[in-house]
Amino acid sequence: MKKLKLVMVGNGMAGVRTLEELLKIAPDIYDVTVFGAEPYANYNRILLSPVLAGEQTIKDIMLNDVDWYAQNGITLHLRKKIAKIDRVRRLVIAEDGTTAEYDRLLLATGSTPFILPVPGKDLKGVIAYRDIQDTNAMIQAAGVHKHAVVIGGGLLGLEAANGLKLRGMDVTVVHLPAWLMERQLDPTAGKLLQKSLEDRGLKFLLDKNTKEIVGDDSGNVKAIRFTDGLEIPAELVVMAVGIRPNTVLAESAGLFCNRGIVVNDTMQTYDPRIYAVGECVNHRGTAYGLVAPLFEMAKVCANHLANFGIGRYQGSVTSTKLKVTGIDLFSAGEFMGGEGTEEIVLSDPIGGVYKKLVIKENKLVGACLYGDTVDGSWYFKLLREGRDITEMRDTLMFGESNTGRPGDTGHEGFTKAAAMPDDAEVCGCNGVCKGAIVTAIKEKGLFTLEDVRKHTKASASCGSCTGLVEQIIMATAGGDYSTSSKAKPVCACTDNTHQQVRDAIKANKLLTIADTMAFMEWRTPDGCATCRPALNYYLISTWPHEARDDPQSRFINERAHANIQKDGTYSVVPRMWGGETSSSELRRIADVVDKFRIPTVKVTGGQRIDLLGVKKEDLPAVWQELGMPSGHAYAKALRTVKTCVGSEWCRFGTQDSTEMGKQLERMLWRMYAPHKVKLAVSGCPRNCAESGIKDVGVIGVDSGWEIYVGGNGGIKTEVAHFFVKLKTHEEVLEYAGAFLQLYREEGWYLERTVHYIARVGLDHVKKNVLEDAENRKALYQRLLFSLDGEPDPWHEHEKARVDTRQFAPLA
Amino acid sequence: MTQQWKAVCKVADIPALGARVVRRAAKPDVAIFRSSEDKIFALLDRCPHKGGPLSQGIVFGERVACPLHNWNIQLDSGCALSPDEGCTQRFSVKVEEGTVFLDAEELSTLAIEVTTE
Repeated sequence: MKKLKLVMVGNGMAGVRTLEELLKIAPDIYDVTVFGAEPYANYNRILLSPVLAGEQTIKDIMLNDVDWYAQNGITLHLRKKIAKIDRVRRLVIAEDGTTAEYDRLLLATGSTPFILPVPGKDLKGVIAYRDIQDTNAMIQAAGVHKHAVVIGGGLLGLEAANGLKLRGMDVTVVHLPAWLMERQLDPTAGKLLQKSLEDRGLKFLLDKNTKEIVGDDSGNVKAIRFTDGLEIPAELVVMAVGIRPNTVLAESAGLFCNRGIVVNDTMQTYDPRIYAVGECVNHRGTAYGLVAPLFEMAKVCANHLANFGIGRYQGSVTSTKLKVTGIDLFSAGEFMGGEGTEEIVLSDPIGGVYKKLVIKENKLVGACLYGDTVDGSWYFKLLREGRDITEMRDTLMFGESNTGRPGDTGHEGFTKAAAMPDDAEVCGCNGVCKGAIVTAIKEKGLFTLEDVRKHTKASASCGSCTGLVEQIIMATAGGDYSTSSKAKPVCACTDNTHQQVRDAIKANKLLTIADTMAFMEWRTPDGCATCRPALNYYLISTWPHEARDDPQSRFINERAHANIQKDGTYSVVPRMWGGETSSSELRRIADVVDKFRIPTVKVTGGQRIDLLGVKKEDLPAVWQELGMPSGHAYAKALRTVKTCVGSEWCRFGTQDSTEMGKQLERMLWRMYAPHKVKLAVSGCPRNCAESGIKDVGVIGVDSGWEIYVGGNGGIKTEVAHFFVKLKTHEEVLEYAGAFLQLYREEGWYLERTVHYIARVGLDHVKKNVLEDAENRKALYQRLLFSLDGEPDPWHEHEKARVDTRQFAPLA
Repeated sequence: MTQQWKAVCKVADIPALGARVVRRAAKPDVAIFRSSEDKIFALLDRCPHKGGPLSQGIVFGERVACPLHNWNIQLDSGCALSPDEGCTQRFSVKVEEGTVFLDAEELSTLAIEVTTE
């Protein structure tokens, strides 16, 4: 089959990213030709500032070298600017006469610096700051001249000024508004920034309007003059007053442009054969100049170029960070506030810290941080998700680590990536050091958390170091690391989110994984190891006794009903109601250990006994000879109900906690859930069963029982929320059962109760369980219905659909 | 040549989207997989990452996810999906009239445990 011809005009980050995405999903449908006006292959434009500052070299910032194009069969024309598009003959024509025909054309012409229309703008020594050539010109000028003036006190201007200062020039920044970076900072933060840049030796002229640039006899710039008559010397003038989408070519070809090439959600221009991505486009009225939205566009565009026809770009929320080493600054959203907004402000001018959070209708809508930006990514996440912050309002200002969530583990207590040495371990699960992450980001050109996870495994296991990894990406890959506002799909097999899948299964009474995948147009024939277990759970929890469990879609532990260990053997944990056992159970356990030569016997944290190192073929016999119920220590299900001895023995006990625990465990065992579920019951406020860090914690007091929900003792220690105080055992069963059923029906797969509550809000849970008695009883009944007749997989193999063939190896 | 094929089981003895373990005198075990389209594959039952038993993983498409650290291994080649790197030994498979055959020669020679006397 003859290949189609794809021509790309513009060889920058957005365009090349589109090609990369296209090669990933459809490597064979196009012959690709690329035209770039610059003499370089694809480089990371964001990192020109560190190059100017002498912290990196051009070589460091290359993303794709010339060999990459050759290896992928792409014809690359460097130094060739396209002069004309002939849409009738489907031809592009370069200034030097080179032509290329296209079936589809991709415009990625980027943006051009805005040049102030003042006399003298064409003098030698007046430059913009956009590409490698400009950067080299500045480096060269810094070597021979003394006075530099940067017009524009925005992100780019300040980075240029900082770089020139570091290269020894006397630099003055001229800015028309009254404070720096007025599009990213409020006046207070702008003044703080000015102060710390002044301490580094930069000079500022604010509220100044440039009248003309003055040249000498040979046409070189020598000074700059303002409308108020002031004149200062300048042998180098850098114009950094803004960028404009580069639409010259598109407009000359008659494509509709309006401050950018206008595209729809599929990145298509008004000519259906022509697509456009990057800084040159106007999408729903916005032109983006940051990398994350551009990459999002690239992905969508590639999807359509590959004829998949399903991706949609729906806009991005962006954040900003200044790349001047040693200055921490972050802003996002509506940081200036405005009508109907409230502000929480922390200001410590001596300590150089300023933080402003803008809140509207109980949601964070803007943030402006100066001096301490550790929580920038967290605020940005809250902002994107539009989460209700009512409950954390009083501690919101103090950041994620102080919002009632201390106890982060696994990375030596570090919360600031910048303070970590290169050999410090960031990811304690996979043993990844900061240096390894930085190297991977630089060498492989990674920009997103997902990419970094794939390549380095950092934060890919328990996820507790995600915030640190995000900080490292921000600091290394460029300041404008940001993420799309779109909710995340379940996995790469679908664009649907967990919520959409849950809703569809319920609304359309889907009963099998195959039907769900067909209904929701899964891209893969039988999903993957991420989506299948989720779908299986959603089906059986939504339609108990109707949807059939699919063991092949369960992780091995739930298929073999034991925990796989690193050497391929299994561990077996029999259930001991409320942590209580007897001499005959202990005798049977001892006999089984001897008979099957089980190497390790260990007491667990959940008050049971773990038999480790059992061979898979021995599992059925071990279960049978133990003669005890399955402990479900292997499952996303009820694990244990930990108890203290309570009033039966304890001289302090006020309630019979062991009995309460046994009743809860007998009701809830065999209960599958989005994630594991742990309970505890203490007999008095001394709380020996540690009820404060359990999914449901019960604490006996003299007058009854206090119920706590959403605690967690794992990756992050999370203290449970007080939920309700009750009188009787029956009430405890009903309220705890109803809460857990709500979680079972609404939780996303692998979402613990703490994260579920954080997502839906404790108020929502209270409304459903506490305030609406009828609803509580209905939830409780649904729980009992779904657990009714649920088999014990250790003893009722057939009913529990345990494939016993797995225990017999073939010879 | 036909004599070297050794019948190990029926296709139906392997769960669809599942696997069975084949013991062999020369350790380690071999895993045989069945895709949703009833294609059969055989790999050494050891993940190239940390030796996890691939037979215990979730099978999807023509891949298996290792149960230990979720590396995705391609069933036809035995190689890990990028960016992970590494391959495990693959074994020849023949299916005739619903019976699965492995190559006896390969079973006794490929990727066997070396013991020092």
